[in-house]
Amino acid sequence: MREDLARWQFAFTSVNHFLFVPVTIGLAFLTALLQTAWHRRGGSEYLRLTRFFGTLLVINVAIGVVTGLVQEFEFGMNWSAYSKLVGNIFGAPLAMEGLAAFFLESTFLGLWLFGWDKLSRRVHLATIWLVALGSVLSAAFIMAANSWMQHPVGYLMVHGKPQLTDIWALFTNPVFIWSYAKVVLAALVTGAAVMLAVSAWQLRRGGDRAVFTRSARLGLIVLVPAILLAMLVGDELGVIEARYQPMKIAAAEAQWKTCQPCAFSLIQIGGGNNDHAPTQILAIPHLLSLLATNHWNGKVVGMTPLQAQYAAKYGPGNYVPNVFVQYWGMRAMAYLAVIVFLVGVWGLWLSRRKKLGTARRFLWTAQWLVILPFLINTAGWLLTESGRQPWIVQGIMLTKHGLSPTVSTPMLWTSVIAFVLLYGTLGTVDLLLMLRYSRKELAPAPAQDAAGEPVPAMEY
Amino acid sequence: MAFVPLWFILIAVLWTGFFVLEGFDLGVGMLHGFVGKDEAERRAAMSTIGPLWDGNEVWLIVAVGATFAAFPDWYATMFSSFYLLVVIALVALILRGVSFEYREKRQSPRWRRTWTWLLAIASLLVPLVIGIWLGDLLAGVPIDASHTFTGNFGDLLQPYAIFTGVALAGLCLLHGGTFLALKTEGMVRLRSARLARLAAPVSVLLVLAFICWTHVIADRGALLNPVEFLVFIGALAAGLLAFDRHEGWAFTATTVVMGLAIVTIFVDLYPRVMVSSTNLAYSLTARGAAAPPYSLKVTTVAALVLLPFVLAYQAWTYYVFRRRISDRDFRPPPARPRSYTAVGAAAPGQGPAGSHRRGGRLARAWRTGRS
Ligand code: HDD
Ligand code: HEM
Ligand code: HEM
Repeated sequence: MREDLARWQFAFTSVNHFLFVPVTIGLAFLTALLQTAWHRRGGSEYLRLTRFFGTLLVINVAIGVVTGLVQEFEFGMNWSAYSKLVGNIFGAPLAMEGLAAFFLESTFLGLWLFGWDKLSRRVHLATIWLVALGSVLSAAFIMAANSWMQHPVGYLMVHGKPQLTDIWALFTNPVFIWSYAKVVLAALVTGAAVMLAVSAWQLRRGGDRAVFTRSARLGLIVLVPAILLAMLVGDELGVIEARYQPMKIAAAEAQWKTCQPCAFSLIQIGGGNNDHAPTQILAIPHLLSLLATNHWNGKVVGMTPLQAQYAAKYGPGNYVPNVFVQYWGMRAMAYLAVIVFLVGVWGLWLSRRKKLGTARRFLWTAQWLVILPFLINTAGWLLTESGRQPWIVQGIMLTKHGLSPTVSTPMLWTSVIAFVLLYGTLGTVDLLLMLRYSRKELAPAPAQDAAGEPVPAMEY
Repeated sequence: MAFVPLWFILIAVLWTGFFVLEGFDLGVGMLHGFVGKDEAERRAAMSTIGPLWDGNEVWLIVAVGATFAAFPDWYATMFSSFYLLVVIALVALILRGVSFEYREKRQSPRWRRTWTWLLAIASLLVPLVIGIWLGDLLAGVPIDASHTFTGNFGDLLQPYAIFTGVALAGLCLLHGGTFLALKTEGMVRLRSARLARLAAPVSVLLVLAFICWTHVIADRGALLNPVEFLVFIGALAAGLLAFDRHEGWAFTATTVVMGLAIVTIFVDLYPRVMVSSTNLAYSLTARGAAAPPYSLKVTTVAALVLLPFVLAYQAWTYYVFRRRISDRDFRPPPARPRSYTAVGAAAPGQGPAGSHRRGGRLARAWRTGRS
């Protein structure tokens, strides 16, 4: 019970945090692009867009920050045994994240937001780029920490405790490099989808066509390559998983027996931890081999032999993660990604034919499309984190051993209920505010200013 | 191995930075509804910390992250023992964080009043609860030989710890008052100064009592140690300076007292990091809780390289937003014509003093007027 609650709480708070994080990373970059465009070309369109999307960014950051705050304490509260064991390794990137990234991001966001009429244009432009840099850096450090849990490197066991021996190993960990790339791309996809959806809404409701066509186009130009790359990186992550966490990929394919070559099942009925022979509806030959090994005839070891291997190596126990979550997590991510990609291509095609601002059916679709990246992200993380089970640190510590020994079920319930209520309320308020704001008319251009003069502060 | 004391000092520095910086914006959070009688005045009060509070809060995040990295056992034992207190502090920090953003987003007076209250209460709870943690570190909680907490929530609410919380909350209030007096104009400035003068004697007494009690709890002989002595003097000076007309001095004094009060806790704590009330021998010590040398070396390099930059750009931020803020910047249009000539004259070549919202319009009007 305690373990379930603690896991559930971590899952709930992280999923929430990661609803806002990709929007922050993506929008910070896009806003910086818009402001750069204004800086280079002048004119009021880009300035108005910068301020419009910058405000959305700021609303989003507020809740991203407070949900992140909870994460920082949670390891100590619920996972004290884990923290004691691996704090000397896992804590290092976390501390660096604060020093290198959070200070940068929060300080320069304040400067950007309130500094319009206090900084020169050039310096003010630099502040938004530093915000973007801070958010990307913060993702780097936290992903280094997370990847270490997936594939521990750079340590030595001393008296049964892992000790850090090489910090660079954490940042050259192949799991880190690829999943970091993936997360940044996912953030660009999410931010771009938000920009596209808001622009589409405005265009449908008679917002300023010249202005919002530009932002819709920018969204598309970032979205399509980013999602294409995300899919390619996802493919590589499959190979990496097969190397370091073979159980995870086997579970993601509901593959109990070893196969060679392996087909990829598009849909199955049944399956799960107790059903070893699900009915596969559609299977594409060789695709799983390609995905997991990059070879046409690659071999994928099944869960049954892996379970036997692990039991021999680590002692008796169940080493199979939740197969249902794995199988459908993977598919949700891949299928929804294809939909987003196709819609993106449709938009680019319209844009080339100069019909983007008026294509009503596309605009309607684009407006709703924004939900998908959030589902994709959550599915991807479920795949990553649930697939690591029963390990909290792959091969080093089991999740059930990471729990705080002193934390009682009532305490866990108290915190779970407090966070669920609070996140629920704040999430709703945030969504309503975001919606209200994105439907607001674009603020008029600030008075035409002479070259080099500061622009007034934001109003929102 | 010098890394252990060095990291203990760094963590004390991070906590001190948090209380000195976030301290005044917590104070502003508590006071904005009282020193501002109408919406424009409240907005002016809140604008003094608008661009600063988030950067200040990161000091806490880094203090916690650094404890995790440098003293994993301390981090683990502290937060699993203080569980419910941590939940309360987090809820308060969350409400505070969003209230700055949400409050401005709707015009309705009821909406704004709700967030004003939430902000004030949350700002009071944060130093109160975190003060209780810090007090508990020194006063001791039941911890057994394996550094596992064996007590319950009631054990955390011991008199000294609660008093530490109250004293720190009181100091934040005073610190916020002197900050507001320094950073605003008009009625807000007058009210803040008056409030600071009222709060000063009480806060000074609290701090003096806090030092004596801390000294007794830490059980360090009859004489005050130098830091305690400095805080003692500082607190008296702050009390006097708060009466002074010179707002800069008053704020300096509260900054120093706030900083020294936190330093006192850590000076009296060392070399322990968390005292066991079950048996003093079970206390966690800095050396015992520390990460192995290599980890400490890595994080030391990171901290020593990065902290100077952080200090530099945060200082620069304070410089950029150095101007006083007036409620006139937030008044509706009729009040405008007079104010912006004044502003224009006062700040040629720049927007009007430190506002972010109405200031925009003012700047525009001012510029169009000029050209
Ligand atoms: C918009 C974003 C997005 C898109 C289009 C995709 N993914 Fe993904 N994926 C993520 C967003 C994401 C993520 C949320 O960002 C994850 C979670 C953890 C991580 O590192 O990235 C992730 C993780 C992740 C993992 C697990 C990595 C691990 O266990 O460490 C695999 C195997 C894939 N992905 C595979 C794919 C494939 C085959 C895709 C395409 C067809 C795909 N992803 C599209
Ligand atoms: C990058 C930093 C992250 C770290 C260090 C991290 C760490 C952890 C830890 C310690 C647990 C609890 C123990 C366990 O169940 O294994 C956990 C569980 C979980 N996390 Fe993460 N997490 C991170 C990011 C995320 C994100 C961004 C998401 C989702 C969007 C996420 C989703 C989950 C889920 C769903 C679980 C529950 C898995 C299960 O118990 O089946 N995590 N994670
Ligand atoms: C589960 C482990 C995690 C922890 C302990 C954590 C911690 C935090 C904290 C404390 C903040 C607030 C910083 C501030 O006040 O400015 C924050 C914000 C942030 N975090 Fe996380 N985080 C986690 C997961 C992640 C993941 C997986 C990512 C991205 C890949 C991420 C990226 C960010 C970003 C970009 C911010 C900036 C603020 C915002 O979201 O708008 N974090 N995080």
